Formats: sequence, C-alpha cells, structure tokens
Amino acid sequence: MIDFRLYMLQRLSALIMVPLVFGHIAVMIYAVQDGLTAAEILGRTQGSIMWFLFYGSFVVAVSVHAAIGLRTIISEWTAMPMRLVNILCWSIMAGLLLLGGRAVLAVTWLGQAPGVLS
Amino acid sequence: MPDGSPKPETEQRSLRVKVWRGSGGEGGYETFEVPRQPSQTILDVVTWIQQHSDPNLTYRFACRVGMCGSCAMMVNDEPRWTCRTHVDRVLKGDELRIAPLRNLPVIKDLVTDMDPFFDKWVSAEARHHPTADRHSDFAAITPDDPHRLEASSGIECINCAVCYAACDTVAGNPDYLGPAALQRAWTLFNDARDEDGDAILDAVSGTGGCHNCHSMGSCAHYCPNELNPMTAIAGLKRATARRFLTGRGKRKPS
Ligand code: SF4
Ligand code: SF4
Ligand code: FES
Repeated sequence: MIDFRLYMLQRLSALIMVPLVFGHIAVMIYAVQDGLTAAEILGRTQGSIMWFLFYGSFVVAVSVHAAIGLRTIISEWTAMPMRLVNILCWSIMAGLLLLGGRAVLAVTWLGQAPGVLS
Repeated sequence: MPDGSPKPETEQRSLRVKVWRGSGGEGGYETFEVPRQPSQTILDVVTWIQQHSDPNLTYRFACRVGMCGSCAMMVNDEPRWTCRTHVDRVLKGDELRIAPLRNLPVIKDLVTDMDPFFDKWVSAEARHHPTADRHSDFAAITPDDPHRLEASSGIECINCAVCYAACDTVAGNPDYLGPAALQRAWTLFNDARDEDGDAILDAVSGTGGCHNCHSMGSCAHYCPNELNPMTAIAGLKRATARRFLTGRGKRKPS
C-alpha cells in the first residue's frame, strides 16, 4: 500500500541521512579517541547553529523515514485499516520528532533549553 | 525455467497424485493413482486422471508446448507451466500435489479465473498508445537501440501468470498490479512507437503500483521463460523517480 510521494520522500530522506550518519560516526570516533568529557562536548555544541542544523535535520529525516517505512510494514503485515495505520504512523513521526528535537535542543541550545529539564 | 534433458526414468510404477477438487473457496485434495510413463509431464498426469479416473476433473491447456500460457498450476506448492514440467524434475518421493494457481480465484478444480490478472494489465496501461496512422513512416528502430533492448527483454511473456502466483506482494496486497502487467508496461514504455509514456508512469504510480515491489525476485525465479519482471519493475521505479525529480518522462529514442 504505497503512495508514490511517500515512496519518494522516503528515498530522499535516506539520501539526506547518508552523509549525516557518516558525519555522526566520525564525530563519535573523534570524541571518544580524544577523551572529551561531556562538559567539553557541550561547550562546543551549545550555541552552535552548525550542530543545531546538523542534528536537527538528522532528526527530521529519521522521523520521516521511519514513519513511512513502518507504515508500509504495518500495512503489509497486519490487517489494520489504513486510516488507523496512518494515524499510528503520524503519531510515531510526531513522537520521534519530539524526542529527537528535545535531545538536539539539550545539546545545542545555549543555557537552559526551552522545555528541557536538566 | 525450461526443463533440461529428461533424467533417467525411475523404477517406480505409479504415482500418488493429490489433486485439488472444488470450486469457489471450497474444496479439498483427492488422491489418484497414476501410472508412471517415460518423459511424463505434469499435464500428462492431469490428462491421464481426466481420461481414465474422473472425467469431471476440470483443467485448462491448449498448446502443450509452452507457447499459450494456459496450463499453469501449483505443483508441490510451486507455480509451474505443467506442459513443460517433467514429473522427474519435481517429484519428491512418489507423491505429487497439484493445485490451481495461487493468488487467483478458483472457478473449478484446477481452473482459475484469470480476469483479475488481465484486468491489471489494463490498469497498468500495459496497452499500446498509438498515434501513427497508415500514412506515417515506419518507425526506424535499430536492433541495438538501448530502448529496443529493454523492450526485447520482456516480449517473450506468454501470460501464464506463474510470476503472479509466485509473488508474495500480490498475496498480501490484492491491488498490486503484479510482475507480468508491470513488465508489459515497461516494455511499452520503451517502445518508440508508444506515444503515452506519461499515462504508463501515472498508471504504475498508484497505491497498487510498481513501488510496492520488494525486489526479492520470486517472479524472475519462477518465470518459465526466464524473463525478469523484477528488473523491468526496477526500470519503472527509476523512470517514475526521474520524472518526479526532473519532470522528464519518456526518453526519446536515441
Ligand atoms: S520481485 Fe516484485 S514483482 Fe517479483 S515476486 Fe517479488 S514483489 Fe513480486
Ligand atoms: S513474465 Fe514469465 S511467468 Fe510471468 S506471465 Fe510472463 S511468461 Fe509467465
Ligand atoms: S499448454 Fe500451452 S503453455 Fe502449457
């Protein structure tokens, strides 16, 4: 049960994710090898528009990509009515955006991030 | 896959053949004893049962040489063209199980209703869209033209629906157009004389369209003519994506 626009959106979100995944892995290796502390990492990421955009677009791409993929899997493997599948997958996307967005803000927002409890 | 040279006959004298009997959704297997014969095909077995055991057995065939595509059935749970499938090739033990093609409604016994299969060819716009008339010049197409080669790779389809029966995506999504119809659409899309590539791409982009294909290749594995509908479907996916991104539909012949 695939809608062609969703199919394209899923491919495009995958394309966006590819360099971000490699970037993320490179950053992790760098941070671990250099033995950076959490405070040092936050010192570099907080207030940085670059890191906000990097991880922000990552979160958006992941949320879109995962929700569309799950929509296909659920519609093929269960007898759930399509309306319900759509509602469920919109909710999954919203949940991923919320969780991911909160994490991005915690890491890149200068000072106390809005809506983030320390 | 066409059967290779026949293997040596077994010593066996007879076969136990379970044949699906019934109509609509109802029915069950009935067992027949069938004498073993040299170079016996599955169609020979079914014909023997109808001629010697039960004249009510309903099945379909025409050419007996792998041309017409009407004799396909499930043999030991796999779709096969029965006129060119030797018993030797598929026999496990001394038992055969023969059933109507999967993914299609059963009319009676081994005969399925092929309408849904062919209706989907129409839904996929897998039909010629001509604009030329009798005064037009011939379309000059060289044999090595890449589009001609793409088209050529699918034209030997005999409409047997073996691929359709093999496709799990058809089983899970009754709207899915299926490998044969999509392969035909791709063939026409590559035909320089077909003038409505956009109609084809629209038709294969719906909820039952080519993008549902999982590319696992059961269709190519079972196609008796060794065609590869999966590759054709991949071509349609590329063409629809290209049109989405660049607005360019059918490529003009080179
Ligand atoms: S490759 Fe696609 S069309 Fe072929 S059997 Fe698999 S899902 Fe069906
Ligand atoms: S593609 Fe192959 S299996 Fe499918 S209908 Fe044509 S000949 Fe039969
Ligand atoms: S009877 Fe014609 S293909 Fe088998």
